[in-house]
Amino acid sequence: MQTLMKNRINQLFEDKKDVLNIYFTAGYPSLGDTVKVASALEKAGADMLEIGMPFSDPIADGPTIQDSSQIALESGMTLELLFEQLEELRAHVSIPVLLMGYVNPVMQFGIERFCESCEQVGVDGVIVPDLPMQEYLETYQSLFDKHGIRNTFLISPNTSEDRIRQIDDCTNGFIYVVSSSSITGAKKGVQEGQLAYYQRIKEMNLKNPQLIGFGISDHQTYRTACDYTNGAIIGSAFIKQLSKDASEEGIENFVKGIKEKSS
Amino acid sequence: MQYGVDERGYYGQFGGAYIPEMLFPNVEELRVNYLDIIESDDFKDEFQHLLRNYVGRPTPLYFASRLSEKYKTKIYLKREDLCHTGAHKVNNTIGQILLAQRLGKSKIIAETGAGQHGVATATVCALMGMECVVYMGEIDMARQRPNVERMKILGATVKPAISGSKTLKDATNEAMRHWINNPDDTHYIIGSVVGPHPYPDMVARFQSVISEEIQNQLQEVEGRNAPDHVIACVGGGSNAAGAFYHFLEDKGVNLIAAEAAGLGISSGKSAATTALGKPGVLHGSKTILMQTEDGQVVEPYSISAGLDYPGIGPIHAHLFDDGRAEFFGISDEEAMLAGVELSKLEGIIPAIETSHALAVFGKRTFGSDEVIVVNLSGRGDKDLETYIKWGKY
Repeated sequence: MQTLMKNRINQLFEDKKDVLNIYFTAGYPSLGDTVKVASALEKAGADMLEIGMPFSDPIADGPTIQDSSQIALESGMTLELLFEQLEELRAHVSIPVLLMGYVNPVMQFGIERFCESCEQVGVDGVIVPDLPMQEYLETYQSLFDKHGIRNTFLISPNTSEDRIRQIDDCTNGFIYVVSSSSITGAKKGVQEGQLAYYQRIKEMNLKNPQLIGFGISDHQTYRTACDYTNGAIIGSAFIKQLSKDASEEGIENFVKGIKEKSS
Repeated sequence: MQYGVDERGYYGQFGGAYIPEMLFPNVEELRVNYLDIIESDDFKDEFQHLLRNYVGRPTPLYFASRLSEKYKTKIYLKREDLCHTGAHKVNNTIGQILLAQRLGKSKIIAETGAGQHGVATATVCALMGMECVVYMGEIDMARQRPNVERMKILGATVKPAISGSKTLKDATNEAMRHWINNPDDTHYIIGSVVGPHPYPDMVARFQSVISEEIQNQLQEVEGRNAPDHVIACVGGGSNAAGAFYHFLEDKGVNLIAAEAAGLGISSGKSAATTALGKPGVLHGSKTILMQTEDGQVVEPYSISAGLDYPGIGPIHAHLFDDGRAEFFGISDEEAMLAGVELSKLEGIIPAIETSHALAVFGKRTFGSDEVIVVNLSGRGDKDLETYIKWGKY
């Protein structure tokens, strides 16, 4: 059943700017950590969460996220188990939550069952980088809509203006602006060409809000993203944090370090 | 065309282009241009010229009389093992590098398992003076050291894939990541009929010279342009796609695919994709895939590194699903015995991949007046160490 409540993603972008969305891999660093990390991130001040569904062959990801996925899989993480863990998600977490992962595990789980499960546990949206737009429109969109799940598309510096407009037309959550031609965690800092690209996106006045991701790792790169779009997504840098220190305090300090300028 | 690719990039329910948006512009550029380029006179002339004078085509269609006598049927061998670099792989790398040049690309990347496609890519890059990076699983690099050195002699950089299982599928992942990171000046030469559309169709077209020649050569020796059966081994399936290509729509020709069953189909050490897999998505296309219940890709096993792949080209998934082709799972032992048998009967030491196709004669009988073509996809020089280790000859 469609919830009467507004989708949390849409609500968030109405209420807030400078959105900080943080990615972490389900079942990492320990199998049972998923909801614990989510809850700690909300307490620490994250505005939105992206929970990675680990896959054996994540072609859009760099070594940091690959390694965390492999560790989670070796510990026994599955989509089945993830949805079990997420049953208690909404008892601890109130900010929007997305699932990010590759299309094969979703396909094997069953698309309809996946959408139902998302709705049931309170997941608001998904990011499936290897799900092509055409397939989405033909096979997936009606199910996503039925269960109130927002699908997120990626754009990169090489995405044509026409295609960006097309993507803007077929989503109603936000657009994931990939900061440079790269996989996750690959390039550091902000290059001159990137600012021109951000400016170009800004001037397109898209109907969907946008978040910049890939290569966002500190306060400065986060702020730059906020100057041009509705906020930023951090993934690999946070996974590195988790690998060193996954305590509530460690997570709090990490988020603070991104949001606030260090003195 | 019932068995060719449709306008959406699918073979039946298989195929498509399941790629991250970062790869879309590159793959789209290929999709929009590949047919115009490869059907242009200028491309055809250069491709034909190189296939004739550089690769050594047409390769012979050889009547294997002693093998025929043993199995009481008429067996022809399509001698792709006589191609420059020792296998059919070079047909595709020549085609793709000519295409890359016409798209204005200056750098080439490739993935390789056993190293045959890597060597064929390094070879054409040397020929054209283009920069070449080949990804190879760290484990495969250790297993196939001579091919690593061959690539280096040819001027290529060989980069180890150190993620995941450190074999072919991970080398493919790394090559795709490299392409995401370098979208403007780089062309990715995929070595088999796998990957996002239009790769499976493009590679099949470049390899289709095999069945085109079979038609002409059979006409000369048998007075007919189609055999009763074509047999080929299938890992990703590029040599099979090339050998089947011009017979796909002719139901009078029975197509037979040999997959690697490793230590046995239910041994847990196998690469028999159609026997063990189910529909799924890997490396950009929907196909039949060896995977867990949860959709994680299972690491395959075969004595032959060239067949050690958890998927299969979408064209073959469709041929299997539709019942158009017969599929056999051939164990390591059966393949090795068939390889030694061909060596002793015909004086040809085949690649172990190819030996899987030859082992079909031990699995199925053929009529005495039937004409069978086996695609002898590669020679066994690279496999000497495996033959020696196995030892039963």
